[in-house]
Amino acid sequence: MKNILGKDIPEQIQGYKVVKPFQGAFVDLGEIKKKEVSLKNVMPGEEKVLLSIEEALKKCDIKDGMTISFHHHLRNGDYVLNMIIEEIAKRGICDIKIAASSIFPVHAPLVEYMKTKVVTGIYANYISGPVAEAVSKGYLKHPAIMHTHGGRARAIESGDLSIDIAFIAAPTCDTYGNINGVEGKAACGSLGYATSDALYAEKVIAITDNLISYPACPIEISQEYVDYIVEVESIGDPKGIVSGTTKVTKDPVGLKIAKMTSQVIEASGLLKNGFSFQTGAGGTSLAVAAYVKELMKKNEIKGSFAAGGITGYMVEMFEEGLFEGIFDVQCFDLKAIESYKNNKKHQGMSASMYGNPHNKGAVVNNLDVMILGATEIDVDFNVNVTTGSDGMIMGGSGGHSDTAAGAKLAMVVTQLVKGRLPIVVDEVTTVTTPGETIDVVVTERGIAVNPKREDLIEKLQKTNLPIISIQDLKKIAENMTGIPKKIQKHDEIVAIVEYRDGTIIDTVKRVKD
Amino acid sequence: MNIKTPAKAGTMESNDIYVMVKPNDEGGIVIDLESIVMKQFGKQIEKVILNTLKDLGIDNIYVMAKDRGALDCTIQARIETAVKRGM
Amino acid sequence: MERLRRTMLFMPGNNPSMLQNSGILGADSIILDLEDAVSITEKDSARILVRNAVKNIDFYDTELVVRVNPLSSDFGMEDVDVIGRAKPDVLMIPKATEEDIEMVCEILTKIEEEEGFEKGSIKLFPLIETAYGVENVYSIIQSSTRIIGILLGAEDLTADLSIKRTREGKEIFYARSKIATACRACKVDAIDTPFADMDDLEGFVADIQTAKSLGLTGKAAINPRQVDTIHEVFAPSKEEITHAQRVIYAMEEAKKEGKGVFSLDGKMVDAPIITRAQNTIIKAKLAGLI
Repeated sequence: MKNILGKDIPEQIQGYKVVKPFQGAFVDLGEIKKKEVSLKNVMPGEEKVLLSIEEALKKCDIKDGMTISFHHHLRNGDYVLNMIIEEIAKRGICDIKIAASSIFPVHAPLVEYMKTKVVTGIYANYISGPVAEAVSKGYLKHPAIMHTHGGRARAIESGDLSIDIAFIAAPTCDTYGNINGVEGKAACGSLGYATSDALYAEKVIAITDNLISYPACPIEISQEYVDYIVEVESIGDPKGIVSGTTKVTKDPVGLKIAKMTSQVIEASGLLKNGFSFQTGAGGTSLAVAAYVKELMKKNEIKGSFAAGGITGYMVEMFEEGLFEGIFDVQCFDLKAIESYKNNKKHQGMSASMYGNPHNKGAVVNNLDVMILGATEIDVDFNVNVTTGSDGMIMGGSGGHSDTAAGAKLAMVVTQLVKGRLPIVVDEVTTVTTPGETIDVVVTERGIAVNPKREDLIEKLQKTNLPIISIQDLKKIAENMTGIPKKIQKHDEIVAIVEYRDGTIIDTVKRVKD
Repeated sequence: MNIKTPAKAGTMESNDIYVMVKPNDEGGIVIDLESIVMKQFGKQIEKVILNTLKDLGIDNIYVMAKDRGALDCTIQARIETAVKRGM
Repeated sequence: MERLRRTMLFMPGNNPSMLQNSGILGADSIILDLEDAVSITEKDSARILVRNAVKNIDFYDTELVVRVNPLSSDFGMEDVDVIGRAKPDVLMIPKATEEDIEMVCEILTKIEEEEGFEKGSIKLFPLIETAYGVENVYSIIQSSTRIIGILLGAEDLTADLSIKRTREGKEIFYARSKIATACRACKVDAIDTPFADMDDLEGFVADIQTAKSLGLTGKAAINPRQVDTIHEVFAPSKEEITHAQRVIYAMEEAKKEGKGVFSLDGKMVDAPIITRAQNTIIKAKLAGLI
């Protein structure tokens, strides 16, 4: 069958539940049911702290075929995922499905476990490094399932993704299972991606390197949800967890794009009191923030909130009074962690609160402007951030599709050509985010507005900004680079890209060498 | 025509191509290409190198090129420079 | 009116990344540099790279200038010949003398004939950076109709004068004034020397203001981040634009009423005021301010 974007979707995919083709970004599903959770109550006098991971696995009755989950706040500094899977492999367990909110280069040992079938399935919102490469080459038994941040929370809450054991890397944990991320040597701030795991997994194990006496306030994940606690030497390398500083780009092309982006925001009419804004941690995104900051100050605008993964730069804007508050699902640097710890209006949010389409309203729904990246964008404004143009997985939606769907103005901000690759193309290698949710793409050589945004086109035509059609943008790019050769692929599906509502928006096929 | 001595041109910076050429005693043109866009543009880059060599009248040469996403006009320039340096 | 030349941005000639993006950086003109930005061992590769860039890369509406090496060096003549055949808008000639200009014109005339280019279509921009150049700037401009402007090079000039280059730039007051006046007399652009310290925004703005106040019409930039600041200082102010619009309006009204002489705010408006108002409107339009 084909989905609404014309992508071929097999009726059945081995190792995958019911196939539902993507029908559009805002299909009303009517009433939704959440999953039931079974649990074993903890009686007075029972101890939760166990001596080893081995003991915890035994207590949870780990067995073949189980799904275990991890959160990615420790990013490329994470030790926990590797530690657990190594222990599981030692016990001769196999056919494990890993539901990690994201997978990074540090998780390279997974590749061996994929080959030996200890690990046969992966659910993730983002995969980079050797694991991404191995999945692309078909080393995983079942296709990897790529979620969005909000979509993962939805899948867990609905039971589409049923977790047997959630392992929560806990920078600080007390002896009764209260967890926070603001203290400890692996402090990472908000633990927003771990919330659904804690609430809906059958068993929850906290892994900590900072076990403290009861209670560990402030409490981010509470004792109600935690079965066991294991203390280990170290849960992660702080160097890989936070970047020291996030900096505005000095690249003139990036700055030019950022400046034009801020001018589009200004012309859109959204930049007024109550303005809300989200941007990533990349140099160009931060440059957009810098220009927006200038405009807000000049026009004395008091914004309402900044959201998402939070950088020191957004904290600075907040501290200067440009925003009433911050919604933080993940801290990107030390300054963000510090602010999250100390400022009550720097509010944590779960992935579900952030972007789940099937709750009573996610934060993304209240976003005015979202700044997005793209590996490729096609002439229908569909965006790929999942695979490189060589067909290999190198990322994933993360919050891309969630914020694009929610924001009033979803802006893709990118160089038109990167290392001879045209970014605007006829057809993206993989659709991550549907074009109907993207309003404008800003490049150094022109700005293209989604034709359905007639209101925005009208506003922008009154400015001096270089507004052109997306077809013309594509032509400019191809005139520079030439037309890239199409990538040869096998028929075998190595990954399924799920839209935030759980429908299949695209698949990734195995690349020919 | 042949070149006389080994020569090189270009850099490993992004959007550039690093080219090393040397005389090919066995005759003919041999191109050893690496590129960050091999899958998408490998054939095109080889074609540009061959055409540039043809325009310069070179029949026997060994070309080793490491491409970092250079546009065609950059590839032509670096090949021409390397060849002229090797004459 | 000629094209606006508020900024001329230097780009290193041997850097493909910079070359392919130089047309979108917002400068009115870009100068692809074969001289100071290129090491002595890469003069040949930069020349070929820039030649190909001029031929193949789209620089949009940006004026394309190539700074060749001094004609007295080992590379200058070949630069002129090779680059001239690629037909950039302008060649910039370092340490220019009247003889240099004549020599370049001879080569360019030959190239234009051989390549079938329009005669005189490749323009020249002498770089004045010696004591001789400053003292003879008028006669240098007069030495060819190809010349459309002068760039002051203060680093080499102060070296030639054996004096120190300072942040305030008092030492180049004479050169700036002399060049501005000579250029005005010949109706060509006078472009100020670049400002080197990227971290000194205050000094930079003051430097542009000084140049503007002395009658220089634009400024060279050595970093794309300098472009917007230069445009801001050189752009007509809101007050200037409003005043100019009122002058034009009053003039049109006077014409309708058949009045030859008219006044605005109680002051006589004469021909120079009208010309200045018209220029302000054109500049404001080109700068996207109206």
